[in-house]
Amino acid sequence: MAAESPNGNGSGHVQDLAWRVGGPQGSGVDTAALIFQRACGIAGLHLFGRREYSSNIMGRHSYYDVRASEMPRASHRDAVDLLTTFEAETLSRHLMALGEGSGVIYRTDDADVELHKITYLDGRYADDLAAYLAERGLPATTGGQLEDAKNRGVRLFKVNIDEIVAQLAEAMGVPPAIAGRARNTLAVAVSTALLDFSRDYVKAAVAKTWPGRQKIIDLNVEAIEQTYNYVDANYDRSDFAISLHGCDSTEKRMIVNGNQAVALGKIAGGIGFQSYYPISPATDESFFLEAHEEYPVTDGGQSNVIMVQTEDEISAVTMAAGAALTGARASTSTSGPGFALMCEAIGWAAINEVPLVITDWQRGAPSTGMPTRSEQGDLRIAATGSHGDFPSIVVASGDVFEAFYDAAECFNYAERYQGIVIHVLDKALSSSSRTVPYLDTDQIGIDRGLIAEPRGEHDEGAFNRFAVTESGVSPRTLLGQQGNAHWCTGCEHTPQGRVTEDPVVREDQIEKRHRKMELALSELSLDEKVKIYGDRDAELTFLSWGSNKGAIIECLDILEAEGIPARFLHVRLIKPFPVDEMTELLSAASPLVIVEANFSGQYAELLRTYTGIAPDHLVLKYNGRPISAEEIHRTVREIRQGDAPARIVLRNPYQ
Amino acid sequence: MTTTTEARTYKAKDFSQPNANDWCAGCGDFGIINAMHQACAKLGLDPSSVVTVGGIGCSGKAPYYMGTYGVHTLHGRPLPFATGIKLANPDLTVMVASGDGDTLGIGAGHFVGIGRRNVDLTAIMFDNEVYGLTKGQAAPTLAMGMQTKGLAVPTSQMKINPLMMAYTCGFTWIGRGYSYNIKQLVQLMMDAIQHKGLAFLDVLQPCPTYNNLHTKDWYAGKDQEEVRPRVQPLPEDFDPSITADSSEDDVLDHARSFMYESHRWGTEIPTGVFLNNTGLNSFTERIRERVKSYAEQTPSNKVIADANGMSNVDLTSMFDELAVN
Ligand SMILES: Cc1ncc(C[n+]2csc(CCOP(=O)(O)OP(=O)(O)O)c2C)c(N)n1
Ligand code: SF4
Ligand SMILES: [Mg+2]
Repeated sequence: MAAESPNGNGSGHVQDLAWRVGGPQGSGVDTAALIFQRACGIAGLHLFGRREYSSNIMGRHSYYDVRASEMPRASHRDAVDLLTTFEAETLSRHLMALGEGSGVIYRTDDADVELHKITYLDGRYADDLAAYLAERGLPATTGGQLEDAKNRGVRLFKVNIDEIVAQLAEAMGVPPAIAGRARNTLAVAVSTALLDFSRDYVKAAVAKTWPGRQKIIDLNVEAIEQTYNYVDANYDRSDFAISLHGCDSTEKRMIVNGNQAVALGKIAGGIGFQSYYPISPATDESFFLEAHEEYPVTDGGQSNVIMVQTEDEISAVTMAAGAALTGARASTSTSGPGFALMCEAIGWAAINEVPLVITDWQRGAPSTGMPTRSEQGDLRIAATGSHGDFPSIVVASGDVFEAFYDAAECFNYAERYQGIVIHVLDKALSSSSRTVPYLDTDQIGIDRGLIAEPRGEHDEGAFNRFAVTESGVSPRTLLGQQGNAHWCTGCEHTPQGRVTEDPVVREDQIEKRHRKMELALSELSLDEKVKIYGDRDAELTFLSWGSNKGAIIECLDILEAEGIPARFLHVRLIKPFPVDEMTELLSAASPLVIVEANFSGQYAELLRTYTGIAPDHLVLKYNGRPISAEEIHRTVREIRQGDAPARIVLRNPYQ
Repeated sequence: MTTTTEARTYKAKDFSQPNANDWCAGCGDFGIINAMHQACAKLGLDPSSVVTVGGIGCSGKAPYYMGTYGVHTLHGRPLPFATGIKLANPDLTVMVASGDGDTLGIGAGHFVGIGRRNVDLTAIMFDNEVYGLTKGQAAPTLAMGMQTKGLAVPTSQMKINPLMMAYTCGFTWIGRGYSYNIKQLVQLMMDAIQHKGLAFLDVLQPCPTYNNLHTKDWYAGKDQEEVRPRVQPLPEDFDPSITADSSEDDVLDHARSFMYESHRWGTEIPTGVFLNNTGLNSFTERIRERVKSYAEQTPSNKVIADANGMSNVDLTSMFDELAVN
C-alpha cells in the first residue's frame, strides 16, 4: 500500500512537514536528525520526532521521522513529505511512504541497485516489492522503484554527494576525507535547501551541536553553504510545492523523549533510589538518571538519586523494595522480559504494603519478541503481576507530559496507598521526542501518606505495622525508626508481621489490603482515571490507552474538520478498574471503537471482565510500528461505510 | 557500620524474641541465633537500628527470633533486599540470615553481584548441606555421591566451596564458624559486623532431622578411631589480613593459604577468620566519593518537599540541557 498524498505544505497552509532520514545504524542518522530538529526548533517550529531502530549496534537499518509544524503534534505521519537517503536500503524501504507531491533525495550510486542484493532488506520485503513492481512492468531494482515513485507523482532529487564533498574540501583547503566528516550536516542541508528553509537556522543548529568546537563548526557551516549553492545550481524547485519556514515564537522550549520525561518526573517526584538491569527500551531512563544523580533543590542545597545497576531484574526489584522499606521513594525500570522476572517480588511488595514504583516500557513480545519495536502487550501481566490476589495500581501514560507528571504522581500513589504502582509506557513513547515548554514542577505535590511516629522506647513490643483499619491503610513504619521494630514477610501475617495461617487473621489482612483500592477509587478524580477529548456528546467513541493518544487526537481534528462528531476516552488508570465511571461513560457509545497496539485487545478484555461491555470494533496493530492518525481515519471511514469487521487489524507491509 | 546509643545498653535478651520457635529440637540454628543475640549486645547495638533480613528456609526464619527489625524476604533474594536497605539508610546495621540453598542455589547470582559491590553488611549462611524446610533435598554444599536420609538416590551434583566462592566474588571478610562453638561464633559475628564492607560467615550447622551424615557427633569426630573434633581453629600462623598496603606478593601468599585452608574438609575442618581485607572501600563509600550530598541526604532521610508540600527539586539546569531554542 503506497502512502496517500501528503498534506500539502505549500503557502497558505498551516505548516506541517513530515521529514524522514534513514541509514545503517551507527552511520549518523541520529546526528542528522538532531541537527534538523534543532534547526526547526530554533526556527520556532514544534517538533515530533520518532526513532525506529533494530536490535543491532552497527549496520542494520534505522530511521528517524521529524514532524515540524506550527501547531504542536503528538504523532508521526505515515505519508512522508521529504525522504533523505544515503544508501540503497533506506531508499528501497521508504519510497512507498511517499505520495504525490512529495520528494526523495538519493545518491547517484543508489539509483539502480537490485533489491535482492541489498544485504539487510528482508527477503519478504524484497519479494513483495518485486511483485508490486512486476505488476507495473518494472524491474526489481531501486531504479524500478524510483520509476514507480515518479509515476505516483514523487519528485526525485538525485544528489552527487561526492561532488559536494569535493567542493567543500576545496573551499576549506582540507582533504576530502576530512570534508566527509560533515556528511550528516550536508545531508540535512540538502533537505533544508530543497525546502527553501533559511540556512541560518541550520548554521545555528550546528553551533549548538558542537558548542565551543570552532573548527568543527566552521567545517559544518561551510558544508551548509556549499550544499545550498549546489542545490541552487542543480535543481529547479518551482514544481516542488513543499517548503518550510520559521515562525515567530519566543517560547522557550526543550525537546524531550519519553524516557527523559519519566526520569525528570521521578526526580521531581522525590526519587531517592533506582535499581535497574539494562534492557531496551527502558535503559535510557536509568541512563538519564545516572547522568543526573546529583541535582539542586530549591533551598539552594543538593539532592541525589542513588542508582544501582544490578545483576538481574530480580535483584533490581528486590533492592528497590528494600530501599522503600527505609522510607525512600524507590523504583525500578524495565521492559517485558524484566517485568516477568519481577513478578514474585511484586507479590511480596504488595503483601508487605511497600510503596514501590515499577516502570514498564513495553516492547514487542512475548519472550525477546521485537526488542526495539513498540507494542502494548504487557497490560495483562501488569494488571495481574504476580500470583494470588493483591492490590496494585496500574497507570498508563500517553505522551511526554503525562509521562512526566505521572512518573512523579506514581510515588504519591505508592506512598498513599502503600503498595505497588506499575507505570506502563511503551517503546513508541520512549523514543519519540517532542518540543515542550519547560515543565512545571510547581504543580507537583508531594504526599507521603500515613507514616507512624517513632515510639522511642524499645520495650513496647513489636509495632502493629499491619494494623487492621477501616480504610485499609495502616501507619507505615520505616526501618530504623526508634522503637517501632516489627517484621515484614511474604507470608500471611499478623498486624505485627508475624507469620500466621490463622483463618480469621488471614481474612482480616487480605480484606484490609484490598480496601485500599476502594479508597483509591473513591479518592482519585475522574481525570486521573480517564481523560475525555473531542465532542463529549458524540456517540462515535474511541477508547484507547498509552501512546496511541497522539494519533487518535489528531484523527479527532481531521474528523472535526469533516464535520463528524467523535469523542475519545483515554484511559489512565488501568487498575483498580474504575467500573462505575467507565460503565457510565460508555453507556451511550455507538459505535465503541477500542484501539490497541497488541494482538488480543488486552484492555478490551479487562473492560469486558469488569463491566461486561464489549467494543463494536476492536482496532489492533501488532507489527511493532506505532499507529498513525491516517490509519485510524481510514478505519473510521470503513466503519461509517458499514463494511468494517468487528476486528480490524492495521497492516502495512512497507513499514 | 555500627550505631551505639549512649542512653542505654541493650542485653542479649533485648535482641531475642518470645515468638514460638519453629525449629526442630536439637537444630543447629538455635546456636546461631543465640550467637546473634550476644554479638549484637556485645557490640552495644540498638535493636531499632538493626535489620535482620532472612531468606526462605528454616534459616530464613531467623528474623522472627530477633528483637530487631526483621525482614523475611523471598527464597534466594535476601542479599539484594539487604543491599537496598543499607544503601538507602547507611546508618542501619544489616545482617542477612539465609540457608545454603537460598544463598548458593537459587540466590547464587546475587551472591556474585553483591560481592562485586562490597556492600557494608554481614551475610550469615546456615550451612546444613540440605534444604531443611522442603524436607531434606541436597543443598549446593552437599558433596557428590552423598545420600542424606531425605534423598531417594545419592546426589550426582558437585558441591560448591562456599569460602572459595565468596573469595572469588569479592567478599572482603570471610569466616567460618560452627553452631556449637558459641563463643567463637559470637566473636566471628562481632568481627563480621564491625568489618566496613561485605562479610560472609559460613556457619556449619547440623540438621538432625535431614542430615544424618554430618551430625553433631560427626563434627565432634566421634566416628573416628581417635575421637577428636573435626571442627578446629585455623592454624595459629594463618594471617587473614589484607590491607591497602599489602604487596602483590602478600596477596598471593594469602590467596595460596586461603585456598589451602578452605579446601581442608576431612579429619579437620578449619574455622575462624579466613580473610579480613580492609583495603577496599565499601559501596557506600564509593557512592559518597562521587555523590557528595549522599553524606547528608540519603534516600531514606532526604527532604523532598518544600514548606508548601510541593516538590523541592530545581530542574532548570536539566531543562537547559534539553533546550532546543
Ligand atoms: C521461588 C521458590 N522456590 C522454591 C521454594 C521452596 N523452598 C522453600 S525453602 C527451600 C529450601 C531451603 O533450603 P535452605 O536455603 O538451605 O534453607 P534451610 O531450610 O536448609 O535452612 C525451598 C526450595 C520457595 N519458597 N520459593
Ligand atoms: S529441618 Fe533441619 S534445619 Fe530445619 S529446623 Fe529442623 S533440624 Fe533445623
Ligand atoms: Mg540448608
